[in-house]
Amino acid sequence: MAGTLAEKVWDAHIVRRGSDGAPDLLYIDLHLVHEVTSPQAFEGLRLAGRPVRRPDLTIATEDHNTPTLDIDRPIADTTSRTQIQTLRNNAVEFGIRLHSLGDADQGIVHVVGPQLGLTMPGLTVVCGDSHTSTHGAFGALAFGIGTSEVEHVLATQTLPLNPFKTMAITVDGQLKPGTTAKDIILAVIAKIGTGGGQGYVLEYRGEAIRSLSMEARMTICNMSIEAGARAGMIAPDETTFEYLQGRPHAPEGADWDAAVAYWSTLRSDDDAVFDAEVVLDADDLEPFVTWGTNPGQGLPLSATVPVPDQIADAGDRQAAERAIEYMGLTPGMPLRDIAVDTVFIGSCTNGRIEDLRSVAEVIKGKHRAESLRVLVVPGSARVRLQAEAEGLDKVFLDFGAEWRNAGCSMCLGMNPDQLAPGERSASTSNRNFEGRQGKGGRTHLVSPLVAAATAIRGTLSSVADLGPDAVREPEPVHA
Amino acid sequence: MEKFAQHTGVGVPLRRSNVDTDQIIPAVYLKRVTRTGFEDALFAAWRGDPGFVLNQPAYATGSVLVAGPDFGTGSSREHAVWALKDYGFRVVLSPRFADIFRGNSGKQGLLAAVVAPEDIELIWKVLETRPGTEITVDLVSRTVVCDDVVVPFQVDDYTRWRLMEGLDDIGLTLNHEAEIVEFEASREPWRPRTLPAKHLPPVEIEAARPVPVSIGSPTGQGTVPLA
Ligand code: SF4
Repeated sequence: MAGTLAEKVWDAHIVRRGSDGAPDLLYIDLHLVHEVTSPQAFEGLRLAGRPVRRPDLTIATEDHNTPTLDIDRPIADTTSRTQIQTLRNNAVEFGIRLHSLGDADQGIVHVVGPQLGLTMPGLTVVCGDSHTSTHGAFGALAFGIGTSEVEHVLATQTLPLNPFKTMAITVDGQLKPGTTAKDIILAVIAKIGTGGGQGYVLEYRGEAIRSLSMEARMTICNMSIEAGARAGMIAPDETTFEYLQGRPHAPEGADWDAAVAYWSTLRSDDDAVFDAEVVLDADDLEPFVTWGTNPGQGLPLSATVPVPDQIADAGDRQAAERAIEYMGLTPGMPLRDIAVDTVFIGSCTNGRIEDLRSVAEVIKGKHRAESLRVLVVPGSARVRLQAEAEGLDKVFLDFGAEWRNAGCSMCLGMNPDQLAPGERSASTSNRNFEGRQGKGGRTHLVSPLVAAATAIRGTLSSVADLGPDAVREPEPVHA
Repeated sequence: MEKFAQHTGVGVPLRRSNVDTDQIIPAVYLKRVTRTGFEDALFAAWRGDPGFVLNQPAYATGSVLVAGPDFGTGSSREHAVWALKDYGFRVVLSPRFADIFRGNSGKQGLLAAVVAPEDIELIWKVLETRPGTEITVDLVSRTVVCDDVVVPFQVDDYTRWRLMEGLDDIGLTLNHEAEIVEFEASREPWRPRTLPAKHLPPVEIEAARPVPVSIGSPTGQGTVPLA
């Protein structure tokens, strides 16, 4: 029977098929762990006297609570320090590999897995974190789980699950210069809504997706969860294999050949049936930014802040009213006129080396607008090292930006990197919820290119606003 | 999980409906890293009131909570179940439970038993007139006995079976150990292992330091702290 990519990966992991509506028991290939959602799971194991079944399929890193400054000093916040210390103790007690602050492989969990070559096509990947969908860019079935499920995976390396529905998202055409994968996914979410993907695995396909780099594909899959989806996936191809080959944990020799042969079969059959389909044209896309307080409240940069009175649906109208008030905007004002206080470049959505390169390309030789601060936080320590090897840190510092240590940072502000009440950011992260980046903070989600242009001009801007030839297409890279 | 066929303990009448999980355990307690020790957090906002039922000595050792309809609505936090269990509750009786709360209870071995509203009323009366009265909840016959009140309760077959067998989700899965082992034997060698660890050569990571810059604040007054 013809199958979709998601169904093929699912079927290859069934340990025991459920009958009479009982869930399937699914084997988990890779379990990623961080300090926030794991403590109670380990405690549960301890209480029940259970070991971790497969420490060799488990890896942990510190990311959410880690400071991005002075990392060689004790962490000031006691809750953060306790969570991190607890993870360290658990890693020792249960024999789990942990990359701690200061280690070259420390970083945001969703950046670390791919860069070590642990994330591969055809795997099931879980983590107690909703943005686990990132790993779907490799053609893995990757999704976030709750703390009880974390414990379940630690103890059994399996999960009882009912199958997800499938949705094909076809993006035809080609991105124009100045637009990026971030604009594609913001446009997708604006189109299907923050609940549109509920219960689905989204499979991104089409010409525009095929021509994206691995890192750009990760940006897209990362934000699948913002459309409510369980996971996002992209079928593996040459781009995927090339990215993987030679990474520390990538298969070698005969294993590599066998893997590539299998991975090449991982695509939806031509006659596979999806439960839903959405089509988008990349040719029409402009840089996209959010104006509201959920990732679905986004518009092309050339648009104006919505006027609630013109919104027919009562629920949408109220949501818009509330968002506009929280965001401190005026209905009908051009999005380009919105002045920001902080530009944040980082997170598991856009904190990888290509993102930093594309920003550096735009800001090189320029200085930030005097009215704002710019925070550049690499997604992992390796990304930081790579950027420094390429001299990007100099570009950022000369620009007047701050160059920080790796972590989640201002994506959610669990560490000191927070917005002040009323402060406005243009952020390359993934959530613009009220207070997400700090109590009372106002977030506009943007692509790295828009973040760079905004940092120069002080108001939400695209690279086109900087004049012709402001940006060259960055070389595709496989660092 | 302990096997549970019958439980007898002091009944606690909680004459409230729509007890949401924020009331069962307020959000401030969610920062903890432990799975046990939430007993102090249970109904934290109400415990300050000396008249609150849990503050009355007769109910101090209570293990069967008798609540109004729509118990456990709101946030999906599993902590609500942990707090009830840590306090000593084994059973909650209510005419209606929120789905997620009921699911979480089943996972953790707390019995969420559905009892008709008029029967809850009868039980409340007994417990209030004779504080300290014990309730026996019998999973085999699906009945609740509280003095002269004997009433049925509902629980789904699957949860009942798991409770009686003492099987949590993990225990159930581990029943299929042989199948897991068999599956593992068939996994291809290219699938990744995190151990032994492989990585690029270790490199010293230098600490970033605060950069002293002064910029305008959102309101144009003063400066924004940078760290
Ligand atoms: S960077 Fe943000 S979204 Fe990504 S894992 Fe960290 S907190 Fe979550």
